[in-house]
Amino acid sequence: MPRALPYLLLMPASLFLLVFFFYPFGLVMVESMTRGGEWTTENFTRMTGHWKFSTAFWNTVWLAAIVVPVQLIMALTMASVVQKLQTGRSSLLYIFAIPLGISDLAAGLIWLAIFEQSGFLNSILHAFGIIDRPQLFLGYQSLWVIFLAVCLAEIWRATAIMMVIIVAGMGLIPKEYNEAAEVFGATRWQRFTRVTLPLLRPSLQTALILRILMAFEVFAVVVALGGTTLPVLMGETFQWQFQLQDRGVAAAYAMVILGLSVAFSLVVLRLLHVPKGARV
Amino acid sequence: MSDLTPPAAPLQEARYAGRFLFWAGIGLLVLWVLVPIWFLFINALSAPSEVTSFPKRFWPSFDMASLQFFWNFQGVTNALWNSVKVAVLTMILSIGMGAPAGYALSRFDFPGKEFFRVLVIMTRAFPLPLLALPLAVMFIRTGLDDTILGLALVHAMLALPFAVLITYSLFSGIPVELEEAAWTLGCTRLQAFIKVVLPLALPGIMASAVFAFVISWNEVFAAAVLTIENRTLTAFLLQSLNVSPLPLKFAGGAALVMPALIFIFAVRKYLFAMWGIANR
Repeated sequence: MPRALPYLLLMPASLFLLVFFFYPFGLVMVESMTRGGEWTTENFTRMTGHWKFSTAFWNTVWLAAIVVPVQLIMALTMASVVQKLQTGRSSLLYIFAIPLGISDLAAGLIWLAIFEQSGFLNSILHAFGIIDRPQLFLGYQSLWVIFLAVCLAEIWRATAIMMVIIVAGMGLIPKEYNEAAEVFGATRWQRFTRVTLPLLRPSLQTALILRILMAFEVFAVVVALGGTTLPVLMGETFQWQFQLQDRGVAAAYAMVILGLSVAFSLVVLRLLHVPKGARV
Repeated sequence: MSDLTPPAAPLQEARYAGRFLFWAGIGLLVLWVLVPIWFLFINALSAPSEVTSFPKRFWPSFDMASLQFFWNFQGVTNALWNSVKVAVLTMILSIGMGAPAGYALSRFDFPGKEFFRVLVIMTRAFPLPLLALPLAVMFIRTGLDDTILGLALVHAMLALPFAVLITYSLFSGIPVELEEAAWTLGCTRLQAFIKVVLPLALPGIMASAVFAFVISWNEVFAAAVLTIENRTLTAFLLQSLNVSPLPLKFAGGAALVMPALIFIFAVRKYLFAMWGIANR
């Protein structure tokens, strides 16, 4: 009995993973490569043949490429600032962590309140006398403004998750390392780049993987701010599944998102590799 | 002595300037997080005519007409209630399966332990909301389509890896010696768990349950794919985005944000412990 106990305890979770993780991912893989019961690449050729595919692909990739580095820097700044505080630390952390609990759809609506035609950005510009009449920011004539609004909303929403992981990681670094570096005359910046950052690698790994994946899954923020004017991969998946009722192509899109996610997770793991013995 | 004072003055000044910059930076970051939420609440707490008017005021008129309009809108109360039901079910499912697994990982050494742990961590490299596509087909076959339980199962899949890893670290933080003492005093394994371990772990488990609730409450893509009649609040808002008037969107956004804010505040003590350790 005692030998079987751990397996019994793991059983529900394992079975659940099997039925709701491995099996469906297998299904979606098969579905992307079959059509009417036959093996074919037609789903993929249909997907890439549609004019929206390359726009959606590059929009998603560019969004991730712009948003993630900015967030990394902001999260590191927030974490270091918090680390230095003696008083008010926990309330500041709570404020910084607030967006963690906010849905991507809600974040999109929040930034819609700012960017829509009678919104707060127009009101502020008007209050400063920069414009007389409200401008249309989120129209299809100015795609780059929609793109910018999505970037801001994403940065606003998802920096918190990186910050929380990094703060927790910084808490695990023994103070002695920093003190030793200070004794040897390292400046604050040197201590940050030579001591803190390398020791933070495991946390950075987690933070980056989680965040990059979320970036590839961007969906509700884009829909809230731009409708379908700014196509992204997840939005196209949704379109093919619902509006066009073509599950094969939707599955092909899913495979693209899956491929991107796995590839970039591996890249991050490789870049920030920490040998087992070197972990704090 | 007197020639030593002049160089000290600029140094002092530089220090003051540094302090000022530090606090100004903190102030800016706090505003960056809070002001957008403030804007959303101004809109939600103003009359519909004010929401669409220009220029905006930067203080709400505390007119409940927008919220009332939202509350009385066809399908809203239903969607709210569905969201709550799905989130509660998600909470029960993910903790019910995750906590035993976490306990097994923390207390036993057995062949396959590392394999299971890696498996759970690996799920992070996959875009889980995409599971909704193949599961939609599976659910139609099993009669789970468009049900609260069906969606809760998918959300439980999103929350399960976190539940396992978080409870793993929680149980690891409770000394085995306490349990062993209870055994020597005549407790069975189950009694020792219920009387000794559970009371100590309960606050943390509650915190991770709240976390599972928030994950489900905020999820958009799977909810929109899997529900048609029984929409959750996020699915309802997303589906009606291009037809609903602005006051409805912002009131809906506020309704989405409010519970999340309260919950994150309730578990703020555990936020960092959970993310930091559970994510290594």
